[in-house]
Amino acid sequence: MIRINCVSKRFGDIRALDEVSAEIHESEFFSLLGPSGCGKTTLLRMIAGFDEPSEGEIFIDGKSMDGVPPNRRPTNMVFQSYAIFPHLNVAENVAYGLHARKGTRVEIRRQVAETLDMVGLAGFEDRQPHALSGGQKQRVALARALILKPKVLLLDEPLSALDRQLREQMQTELRHLQRAVGITFVFVTHDQEEALTMSDRIAVIFEGKVAQLDSPLELYRRPVTKRVGEFIGVMNFLGARLLAEESGGYEVEVEGLGRVKVPKRQAPGGVSGSRLTAGIRPEMLTLEFDDAEIPGRRANGKVVDTQYLGDMTYYEIALEGIGKPLTLSMRNTADRPILEPGTAAKVRWGPDSVLLLN
Amino acid sequence: MRRKSGALAVYAAAFLVFLYAPAILLPVFAFNDSKIIAFPLSGFTLEWFRQILGADALHDATLNSLFIAMTTAVLATALGTFAARAATRYKFPAKAGIMGLVMTPLVLPEIIVGVSLLVAILQLGMELSLFTIILGHVLICTPFSAAILGSAFQNLDNSLEEASIDLGRSRFDTFRLITLPLVLPGVLASLLVSFTISLDEFIIAFFLAGNETTLPIYIWGQLRFPQKIPTLMAVGTVLLAASLTLLATAEFLRRSSIRRTGADAAKGLM
Repeated sequence: MIRINCVSKRFGDIRALDEVSAEIHESEFFSLLGPSGCGKTTLLRMIAGFDEPSEGEIFIDGKSMDGVPPNRRPTNMVFQSYAIFPHLNVAENVAYGLHARKGTRVEIRRQVAETLDMVGLAGFEDRQPHALSGGQKQRVALARALILKPKVLLLDEPLSALDRQLREQMQTELRHLQRAVGITFVFVTHDQEEALTMSDRIAVIFEGKVAQLDSPLELYRRPVTKRVGEFIGVMNFLGARLLAEESGGYEVEVEGLGRVKVPKRQAPGGVSGSRLTAGIRPEMLTLEFDDAEIPGRRANGKVVDTQYLGDMTYYEIALEGIGKPLTLSMRNTADRPILEPGTAAKVRWGPDSVLLLN
Repeated sequence: MRRKSGALAVYAAAFLVFLYAPAILLPVFAFNDSKIIAFPLSGFTLEWFRQILGADALHDATLNSLFIAMTTAVLATALGTFAARAATRYKFPAKAGIMGLVMTPLVLPEIIVGVSLLVAILQLGMELSLFTIILGHVLICTPFSAAILGSAFQNLDNSLEEASIDLGRSRFDTFRLITLPLVLPGVLASLLVSFTISLDEFIIAFFLAGNETTLPIYIWGQLRFPQKIPTLMAVGTVLLAASLTLLATAEFLRRSSIRRTGADAAKGLM
């Protein structure tokens, strides 16, 4: 649907984007995720046509967008500030882009009503923008873009101005809406949780470069670099040394954990050199509460800190032989005790718990 | 606290009297049946207004001034729009310095502007005319216009124009349907302010007028004849009424257009 071909963008001496390539599929919910200033919005604006790439080319639906202005592209945008025209009422805002299409006033009114109904604003036609809440403005902006049935809908951090509860509700609604209309969504956000819950695929962008492009599951389970692992969720990092490379995987010595056999798929970025980093998600470690001999590796340690969150408990566990305690999370069940700081603890992990990073 | 607010009220009242009492004297003497401007008043008359109707030189001067003021208002507002647009939308080298130069005529003494324009115009071999007065007035009105429109453009969210283009509209349509309606109160305010400044500007007009006469120059000339002073009072009364009407209309338009966009109309005068 969208092919981004080796696109770079320079503003003066600053390289906002550096040879970015990506392929966005039809009917996909695609997110551009990264910290502020990483270039994700610049990329979105280049897809929309507000900025031109300094190098490279963008294709939409097989056609080069080189020199095509925003009003001739099959894309529509939902702006971060919503950009609702303050001097037009809701119906006029929504119908604003319909000018070029054929249709009687009755037909336009029907389409406006239909689209407003779709975004949950039925009957709001005559409202003035200043009488709308943030969430309602958001919906008007969506309706205004969706009524044109674009091939691609671009969303520039549309939920960042909403309060938490409304944001979570809008996340679900946006996802449902995207499935219902089947339009390709390109969604810019700096909120990793938002990207994980909504997207089919995510491009993580750091300093103008795509660090990883994957499904939410792969991104979380198998980040290719330490930085991606850190940016998405929580990850423990331990020093590791490569002992041997076998056909099925790697044998490594991880500080605090000892010898670990890591399957090949757990080294998504490949392995180079002998000094590596082992990444472990908090929920990939478990505490042993009984003395049953369950297969898997284990290490002895001590609880340093306990953080009780209701459904989960987060522990800081100091293992023998390492300075920085590990973060570990356990789901709370009826028969599982909460360990107080100072208690001795046995930590267990499986072969897929450890991720090898360069 | 009560005493304090009492003193403030007295101060405010004194301030307003000082500001407006002289202006109120204009209509009082304009309708007074005496050639001498002094109390006690001697009776009611419309004679001075009748004299206005007969004074051809006054009519010519007024028409000249109206023509100059309207042309100046349009030109200064156009130039101010360009400057404001550039200042709020684009980045270019030496921007702060250039904008500073645009605003400088605000603080330059008019007599210096008048003299230097006169020298420059004569050096260029141009004839002094209404056109040269307009040039001078545009120079001093443009900074006001740029300042007023600057705040209008500042308040205009850039993404509104982008949204309009993104929704398939041309640049011209975007200007017509989005930009212009949203900065219109600023444009009207700029036209009004430039018009008023130009209409009663004396010093620059005096230097650049050549054989032409503007209303302020005419009034200044008439002051030499004491018997003409009541007529000038009548002229002043007409001008006062006209500017109050103009101001009230402009404020009404501004408020109604702001009300449409939902902001608090009472905020900020002009």
